[in-house]
Amino acid sequence: MKRLIARLENVGEVITDPVRLRTYECDGLTYHRATPGVVVLPESAEQIAAIVRLCNEYGTPFVARGSGTGLSGGALPRSDGVLIVTSRMRRVLEIDLDNRRAVVEPGVTNLAITEAVREQGFYYAPDPSSQQICSIGGNVAENSGGAHCLKYGFTVNHILACEIVTPDGDIVMLDRMDAGYDLLGAFIGSEGTLGIATKITVRLSRTPESVITVLAAYRDIAEGGRAVSAIIAAGIVPAAIEMMDALAIEAAEAAVACRYPENAGAVLIVELDGPAPEVDLQFAQLREICADAFELRVAADAAERAAIWKGRKSAFAAVGRISPAYIVQDGVVPRTSLPQVLAGIDRLSAEHGIRVANVFHAGDGNLHPLVLFDDAEPGAGERAETVSGAILDLCIEHGGSITGEHGVGVDKARYMPKMFSDTDLDTMQLVRCAFDPKGLANPGKVFPTPRLCGEVPGVRKGPHPLVEAGKAEQF
Amino acid sequence: MDPHLINDCVHCGFCLPSCPTYALWGEEMDSPRGRIHLMSQHVEGTPITPAMAGHFDACLGCMACVTACPSGVRYDKLIEQTRATVEREHERDPQDRAVRGLVFSLFPYPRRLRLLRWPMRLTGALQGFLERVHPSLGAMAALAPHVEVRQRMPRFVRARGPRRAVVGMLLGCVQREFFPQVNAATARVLSLEGCDVVIPPSQGCCGALSVHSGRSDQARRLAKRTIRVFERAGVSVIVVNAAGCGSSMKEYADLLEGTPWAARARALRVVDLAEWLAELGPAAQRNAVPLTVAYHDACHLAHAQGIRRQPRDLLRDIPGLVLKEIPESDLCCGSAGTYNIFQPQAARDLGDRKARAVSGLDADLLVSANPGCTMQIAAAMRRRGSAIRVAHTAEVLDASLRGVSP
Repeated sequence: MKRLIARLENVGEVITDPVRLRTYECDGLTYHRATPGVVVLPESAEQIAAIVRLCNEYGTPFVARGSGTGLSGGALPRSDGVLIVTSRMRRVLEIDLDNRRAVVEPGVTNLAITEAVREQGFYYAPDPSSQQICSIGGNVAENSGGAHCLKYGFTVNHILACEIVTPDGDIVMLDRMDAGYDLLGAFIGSEGTLGIATKITVRLSRTPESVITVLAAYRDIAEGGRAVSAIIAAGIVPAAIEMMDALAIEAAEAAVACRYPENAGAVLIVELDGPAPEVDLQFAQLREICADAFELRVAADAAERAAIWKGRKSAFAAVGRISPAYIVQDGVVPRTSLPQVLAGIDRLSAEHGIRVANVFHAGDGNLHPLVLFDDAEPGAGERAETVSGAILDLCIEHGGSITGEHGVGVDKARYMPKMFSDTDLDTMQLVRCAFDPKGLANPGKVFPTPRLCGEVPGVRKGPHPLVEAGKAEQF
Repeated sequence: MDPHLINDCVHCGFCLPSCPTYALWGEEMDSPRGRIHLMSQHVEGTPITPAMAGHFDACLGCMACVTACPSGVRYDKLIEQTRATVEREHERDPQDRAVRGLVFSLFPYPRRLRLLRWPMRLTGALQGFLERVHPSLGAMAALAPHVEVRQRMPRFVRARGPRRAVVGMLLGCVQREFFPQVNAATARVLSLEGCDVVIPPSQGCCGALSVHSGRSDQARRLAKRTIRVFERAGVSVIVVNAAGCGSSMKEYADLLEGTPWAARARALRVVDLAEWLAELGPAAQRNAVPLTVAYHDACHLAHAQGIRRQPRDLLRDIPGLVLKEIPESDLCCGSAGTYNIFQPQAARDLGDRKARAVSGLDADLLVSANPGCTMQIAAAMRRRGSAIRVAHTAEVLDASLRGVSP
């Protein structure tokens, strides 16, 4: 390590002071911590490539980190590895409005892209709740979603090209327009296991002509759930349909005084956008569908819209106000199963004496249960962990998924075998090995156990076990 | 450092973009989240290392992170406790100690500041020399404003027209010695709006600089003195026109908690000038001030006291005045009390960033409610070669109420 550090110092700024290093020990998921062996703060793709090449030379694993806001521990450092932090690479390199694209460095925040083009009537569509700080590089790694993905799709739908540094240190361009395999599609959401994005070309969208944001308050979550199904059944595709339950509302109220209707068992935030006539028509339909809400608020201007969203967007961090500790869960279920799954979560909560606040992207069935506990109480953490895991089982039972948008990272690697067979996982490893034969890029993430070539640093010798078994062919 | 306050942080990172030093350097340790992590390391037993102290010292105390935090972390309390711990447990190098000693034996004492008025005229010529002695001295010289003729404030200013209230007025140290015209304008505006203004001549420093730099003993001494002076003056409302002073005075009860002084502090209501005038509502006639004005949010007004709307409303109500918003208005200008003296390079970089944002607006006048910000931004604009006139909200209002051009 010492010799590697000495050579890294020739490449860019390096942090080795133990007190400073520890501030990088975790990302947004504090449950998993590891002090990185060394932190580097590169300022260019060439520097990142040089760092990765050095890691290859010394057989040292490396992890990339943007703003450190991930919720699955995807940027958890390795104590025997190099942490490559892109927070100094935050230049917007090019804005091409005619072709509706912008080229940015990976450390640029999601919101900064929108701010750079807002006045010209454009925006960058995916909007994770942490958009004010999460980096676009991290968004690409995690294929981040957000409230408006119901209509506009995830990060993968808005990235046109990426310049990446491959796990062996080459600078390569992946473009949506490339013929052949969709390597860009494979790269986005690979959680740092297939390389590091160093320049990102994003699609810019036109700011919609008309936006209507509605807040509907219901007595309980089941009533709200029925409204969601009715909206979709009516053929409306809102930009967003978000739901929060009573406990989540209480937290948001405590944090940002969002002034949601009192005594609401659930609130539904529905946003319609698009050309004015279309939005007006949908709004008339929506009013009818939401007629049984006990209060219906329509944002009169941008400030009122922001006020409605503020409660929702701050909800995760806001539960800090009502609970000393909590786990943010992320699961997906078919929209039609929402009522059963929510009832199941209620049951689990009662059984284990653990409160669960629910915040979710109701439109696409993406749940974010917040499992609350007091870390000072002995055994509470374990019980919360049990509930949190059981919620994922519930999602899988109903034909859903263990993650909607937060990624697998280190936190959910152990749930992967519940969703995928050994063959599935082996096949994924083959993809990974094609990019990263030495297994140096963010090892220990996504996959449950060290398998095949994936996790053990060093060049693999002999044929791949899958090839040997006659299950796969290597070209 | 209170571990409970530290535990409130859930590590979400929402504070990062609001932090001026993170904006400059992009390092975790120089963000609020990283600094809280360092605090927790200290609580867990790591002694204060020079590196750690450096990151705490680099914090401007602008409190933008307090506004940004969805979890309600009291970073303001945490950094205050931390600075006191650093002062107690960390040995600074001799040069650093000397400069800090000089500043803290100077600024909180108006009479000593007064002695500086004359030598300040020479600072332009001496700047290069001072810079070589110590960068902090160079920074002080570069910031020094052109000092107006000294004005002695009366003990009492009677309300014009029907009396609507009786208020005390804090003069501030830097404000009183280097910006006497701001205090004069404040007293006139208050009087024209129907307030009897009581100005106790024996008032001293409110303790803001000391509390923001971890010198809690000095801070408590100065706070008690200020409370006593205004109690004797027989007022229950104190109007303050310097944002840094106002925010500290609003926290007197916390500073003196556990002593009988806390209750005495609570009995006095501290208000910012803009906050008070907005609450009172306009009575005096406003005359036109045909100027394009860029309004700068002082951190200790916007973030620490949550006062953003009132000064803007007051300015907008002046006929003929065009108000412009400065981009990145939440970001500190780098003045931050004594920050621009102790951390001259970072302060300079932030000042330049602010000056860039201001010069894009083509404004005639820059208005702010804090003397430190005014000096800082004015100096940065001079460096750019696009000097701008600066004024306090009170001066613009005074011009409008009296019907003269500012």
